Amino acid sequence: MSTLEIKDLHVSIAVDGGTKEILTGVDLTIRAGETHAIMGPNGSGKSTLAYAIAGHPKYEVTSGSITLASDDGGRVDVLSMTVDERARAGLFLAMQYPVEVPGVSTANFLRSAATAVRGEAPKLRTWVKEVKGAMSDLDIDPAFVDRNVNEGFSGGEKKRQEVLQLALLRPKFAVLDETDSGLDVDALRVVSEGVNRYRAGGETGVLLITHYTRILQHITPDRVHVFAGGKVVESGGPELADELERSGYERFTKVEAAVG
Amino acid sequence: MTAEVTGLAPELAGAKEGQGSKPLTSASERFTSYDVEAFEVPSGREENWRFTPQRRLRGLHQTTTFDAAPTVSVTETAGVTVEIVARDDSRIGEGGVPADRVAAAAWSAFTTATLVTLDGSPDPVTVRVTGPGEGVVAAGHLQIRTTPNAQATVVVEHSGSGTLADNLEVVVADGSTLHLVVTEEWADDAVHAGAHHICVGRDATLRGVAVQLGGDLVRIVSTVDYRGPGGDAELLGLGYADAKQHLEQRLLVDHGFPNCTSNVLYKNALQGDGAHTVWIGDVLIRAAAENTETFEFNRNLVLTTGARADSVPNLEIETGEIVSAGHASATGRFDDEQLFYLQSRGIPEDAARRLVVRGFFGEILSKITLPELRERLEAAIEAELAVTGV
Ligand SMILES: Nc1ncnc2c1ncn2[C@@H]1O[C@H](COP(=O)(O)OP(=O)(O)O)[C@@H](O)[C@H]1O
Ligand SMILES: [Mg+2]
Repeated sequence: MSTLEIKDLHVSIAVDGGTKEILTGVDLTIRAGETHAIMGPNGSGKSTLAYAIAGHPKYEVTSGSITLASDDGGRVDVLSMTVDERARAGLFLAMQYPVEVPGVSTANFLRSAATAVRGEAPKLRTWVKEVKGAMSDLDIDPAFVDRNVNEGFSGGEKKRQEVLQLALLRPKFAVLDETDSGLDVDALRVVSEGVNRYRAGGETGVLLITHYTRILQHITPDRVHVFAGGKVVESGGPELADELERSGYERFTKVEAAVG
Repeated sequence: MTAEVTGLAPELAGAKEGQGSKPLTSASERFTSYDVEAFEVPSGREENWRFTPQRRLRGLHQTTTFDAAPTVSVTETAGVTVEIVARDDSRIGEGGVPADRVAAAAWSAFTTATLVTLDGSPDPVTVRVTGPGEGVVAAGHLQIRTTPNAQATVVVEHSGSGTLADNLEVVVADGSTLHLVVTEEWADDAVHAGAHHICVGRDATLRGVAVQLGGDLVRIVSTVDYRGPGGDAELLGLGYADAKQHLEQRLLVDHGFPNCTSNVLYKNALQGDGAHTVWIGDVLIRAAAENTETFEFNRNLVLTTGARADSVPNLEIETGEIVSAGHASATGRFDDEQLFYLQSRGIPEDAARRLVVRGFFGEILSKITLPELRERLEAAIEAELAVTGV
């Protein structure tokens, strides 16, 4: 069992003639086996948090820490790791806007990623079966393996690819950044089932970033955090999502305005 | 980096006057001559010279005299005849006529040419052209020809040091099929200005792959000319320019007969400061060339900042009776977002870069049917990648 600890995280981005602080002190602890939902209005910094965890070079951590702690007392400083080291350490980010990589086939990409994360190339025969099975679970046309990574895929197809990678790479902690947005009802169900299979597959932690509550009807969170002004402003159980459903984010953005 | 797409026919402006002040309106008016004196010394402003850094040509654009000839070696086997012939051999010139001063200078200067004739279905043949050595300027002439209905594969490898201007004639006889791979695997100092004159006979097939890897400056001007109906030319290219390297490919596919096809795909990768590729692709469909099918595409992959890819595809159609004609050009950057995405799936940075470059060139390399050659070129590309340190 391990724990992802985020402490007082401040993150800035470069803007014309200076820097702009987006995350203003995020505190969050997720234990393996738990699912946390982060909900917040557009522009509140949810994707920034996701990118900072994954190590995107555009997002500069100015203070605070991200640590992977294990039960035996081991502590790994995530911020000192490169992007690929973080992935190999068991972190995964399903992106809000997955990137197209022309010239690289999906098959080649998936195998390269699995080889990197597992530390050895998966045996070809079992691998092909594994990929086929995972694709069929997500209702992805098998022909997609021959297409270039995300190239020309629709928004929904890209999101399925992210969950396919989640299924194949089996990270310790997965950050899902608005994986639900842009999906129709059927796709939302298929994708949610994919996430639930991943959750059921082991002691894994999920940070589910969403703007809407509808995905929480498929994926039940243990904790719900409201995100505004670049930090967590309130935390609670699943019932907090119901309140947000009823009354929106206004109460929290007002608090933030008063403080800030 | 620029990706340039213009509408006017390049290549052709003011070849004779050498001024470029009076651009010709069509590739069909392109000036050609075997005689170097028929061309003026280019100033560098002409359409067909404007991308070439003249200071790095080691005087090739001015000179009419050469120190030496390159070394050409080819093994005679069953179905392969190798001859060293004089300038007045009646077969010389069958492939085509020089269209710029450097090609004409090499043509005016060569004393003997190597002529390789392929008959029947010979085993694959390799022709090795070795540069004259550092500081030496050479002119060369090579002709590769098939007999009617032959089926042959030829690899022309360029390597070594020095400066070379040369003409390569490729005569694909009626009904024959020629697979031709031409590689530029020069040492870092080399300068090569080459002209390829390719003629495709009635119902003949050319499958060409041009590979540009080494050299300080490589400029290849290729003309494909059909000599009867039913000709089919596939022209693929692969280039990898690293820091300060200039790789230029100028192509004219001249459709003058009906029922011919041409399929052009050139891909370049660039990395490092001052890496420069130039791709000019002209396709001309003359009035007689009914039922032509043609497509040309240039793709460039810019791997680092400081590199520049120029790309000018051009299609000129003089008949309405064509099956299909298309052209395109795309220059993409291997950007930070792609790198981040691949790394976020655990793939280390250098492996991510290799994945992208291998994927990019795979389409071309897979068309090279000789496994040893393909593996050597794959290894050469890996070595280019290792150089980057980026
Ligand atoms: N790369 C970037 N360049 C400029 N501004 C950015 C960038 N990334 C995020 N921002 C800004 O930071 C704020 C938070 O953005 P984001 O983290 O995407 O929010 P959310 O995901 O909650 O909608 C927004 O004001 C956004 O405009
Ligand atoms: Mg977002």
